[in-house]
Amino acid sequence: MDRAGPQNAMKYLLIEDNAALAAALCNRMRLDGHVIDHALTLSEGSDFLLVGDYDLILLDIMLPDGDGRGFLERHRAAANTTPVIVLTARSEVSDRVSMLDLGADDYLTKPFDHSELQARCRAVMRRQSGSAQTVIRRGAAALDPVASVLTIGQVDTTLRNRELRLLELFMNAPGQIFSKSKLVDRLFSYDDTVTDNAIEVYVGRLRKHLEGSGVSISTHRGLGYRLDEE
Amino acid sequence: MRSEPPRPGSLRRRLTLTLIVGAAVLALLFFLVVRTYAQQVAQQSQDRILEASLTSLLDAAVVRDGQIELDVPYAAFAMLDTGADDRVFYAIHQGGELLTGYDNLTDPPFALTPSAEFSTRPFNGAEVRRATLTHSLPASPRPVLLTVSVAQTRDSLAGTLLAISANAAVFGTAFFLLAAGMALWTSASTLRPLGDLAKAVARRGPSDLRPVNRPVPSELSPLVTSLNSLMTRLSHSLTQSETFIAEAAHRVRTPLATVRSHAEATLLRVDKDENRQALRSMIRAIDESSRAAGQLLDHAMVTFRGDQLVKRDIDLVTICSEIVDRLTPVAEMMDLDLTLSSQGPVRIKGDTILIQNAVRNLVDNALKYSPPEKGVHITVSANPGATIAVTDQGGGFPEAQIGLLSQRFQRGDNVKDTVGSGLGLTIASDVAEAHGGRLELKNLNSGGACAILHL
Repeated sequence: MDRAGPQNAMKYLLIEDNAALAAALCNRMRLDGHVIDHALTLSEGSDFLLVGDYDLILLDIMLPDGDGRGFLERHRAAANTTPVIVLTARSEVSDRVSMLDLGADDYLTKPFDHSELQARCRAVMRRQSGSAQTVIRRGAAALDPVASVLTIGQVDTTLRNRELRLLELFMNAPGQIFSKSKLVDRLFSYDDTVTDNAIEVYVGRLRKHLEGSGVSISTHRGLGYRLDEE
Repeated sequence: MRSEPPRPGSLRRRLTLTLIVGAAVLALLFFLVVRTYAQQVAQQSQDRILEASLTSLLDAAVVRDGQIELDVPYAAFAMLDTGADDRVFYAIHQGGELLTGYDNLTDPPFALTPSAEFSTRPFNGAEVRRATLTHSLPASPRPVLLTVSVAQTRDSLAGTLLAISANAAVFGTAFFLLAAGMALWTSASTLRPLGDLAKAVARRGPSDLRPVNRPVPSELSPLVTSLNSLMTRLSHSLTQSETFIAEAAHRVRTPLATVRSHAEATLLRVDKDENRQALRSMIRAIDESSRAAGQLLDHAMVTFRGDQLVKRDIDLVTICSEIVDRLTPVAEMMDLDLTLSSQGPVRIKGDTILIQNAVRNLVDNALKYSPPEKGVHITVSANPGATIAVTDQGGGFPEAQIGLLSQRFQRGDNVKDTVGSGLGLTIASDVAEAHGGRLELKNLNSGGACAILHL
């Protein structure tokens, strides 16, 4: 399997009435190489669900044609196992219990860190046993982002989250140079105290993990890092 | 918080006292009336016998040849036999002269009387009832005035009266006791609906604002009606403020989320360092305000719930493990291990939502200040006292400020560059205090901060 685009693409359905937020979110998801459909209302969302096969549903709670909780209930009553992450802006207290009781797999309070959303999506997918897991392969290296495991030959290495996110980035775009500062922003929630040097530590570790896999990360002075397939 | 209203006396005591005093007055009146009436009746019957005795004596008197002949009939005195040791005295006068009987019983002069005259007077050392009747007997040359007096001591009468009085006193006392008992019962049963109502209202939890719909006597219904309208207004304003908080959060957070997502997406495409710097500050500012908004809401909620704490049986370990589940993805993102240790359930009485909030804030803090690839550890223990300790391996609290950190909007000098509102520790401390405990902050010898919730 050798696609130009990312291989770990997941298919999301976003049900959110705020068009601006939805646009920003879709934008970001597509940048990460995921497929995402956007529904403005619950009924639109139901239509999408009838025809599309989604890995995960992102559901807003306050929608023009009803409460997301009712949708959740119907979704679970219809024995639909697609995991649901609720996006809520309401105070956590009142919603929390009912959300999880009604069958939401997780919830996230707006505004959220995109990395946190990704982390939660992964956690939910990991719990979802039996779901098809997408593995990214470059050379002899196979990365399972959901399980956070890198396999080279017969050896499995469990990656830490930042290692995983960094490697995922590289493996999805071989040959592309990533600048240090962009990598910092991806890994460390926009924290000024983190220096570009922090990236060197992680790149160093990835190089070690990737030994003998036929792929390597090269340094391009003044520009950044790149994943090369031999 | 709870104040007793001033008490100008008890309704129940007042009612009981009124009823008992009334009963006492009635019992006394009953006694006096019965006694007086009995006295009158006894007197009348004695008088009637005395009169009959007089009449029979007079009937026996005849004038023969100008001389009065009186053969005292046996019945005249026999009828006065009372069974008691009463003595009978008599005196018969013709004109002003004593014919027979006791001198001094009656004093002349005598006048013709149409009917017997009665009087009570002392005689021979005892009190006697005396009846006197003067008749004119036809004789020649002129009619003769015959005066007959019969007197009787009053021993039997007094005995009868005493017996009647004693009976009346017994009945009076019995009536009083019965009435007093009924007074107690009546006042208790009259006021019971009031007490029941108070109990029913007091038994409710602070969040139970349903109207009272138990049946009450009509006198209480205005009170219940106003109570219900108060409840309705209170519940309405509470619901309104809850909805308002939720709505406010929605209105504030949704645009923030939009801006943040856009900024994040833009940051991925922008290359120029100044622009990237600006976008980063923007995202940090958004994070700061959304976190502050969240914590302000949390703080308001903690204050609100803490004021009217509903304590239930809860297990601290369950609460903490839920929080660990919830925050593990966040910790993972930062390459931090979030772990929990405990020895069996730790049950206390408290409010789940408050404790969740406190622990979440402490863990949030610990995650924020932890260097990567270290751990944040939660320890729940039951001995000594229920505690939840959250420890990290970061820089620790600034020693000089450790006492001030749980005050509102206080932040350590060493964390100026980390996003935070300074409310997290305040929330945890408020929650501990609402449960009668406290928040302890200390630095570990091995480095790192430790926040302990004593509950």
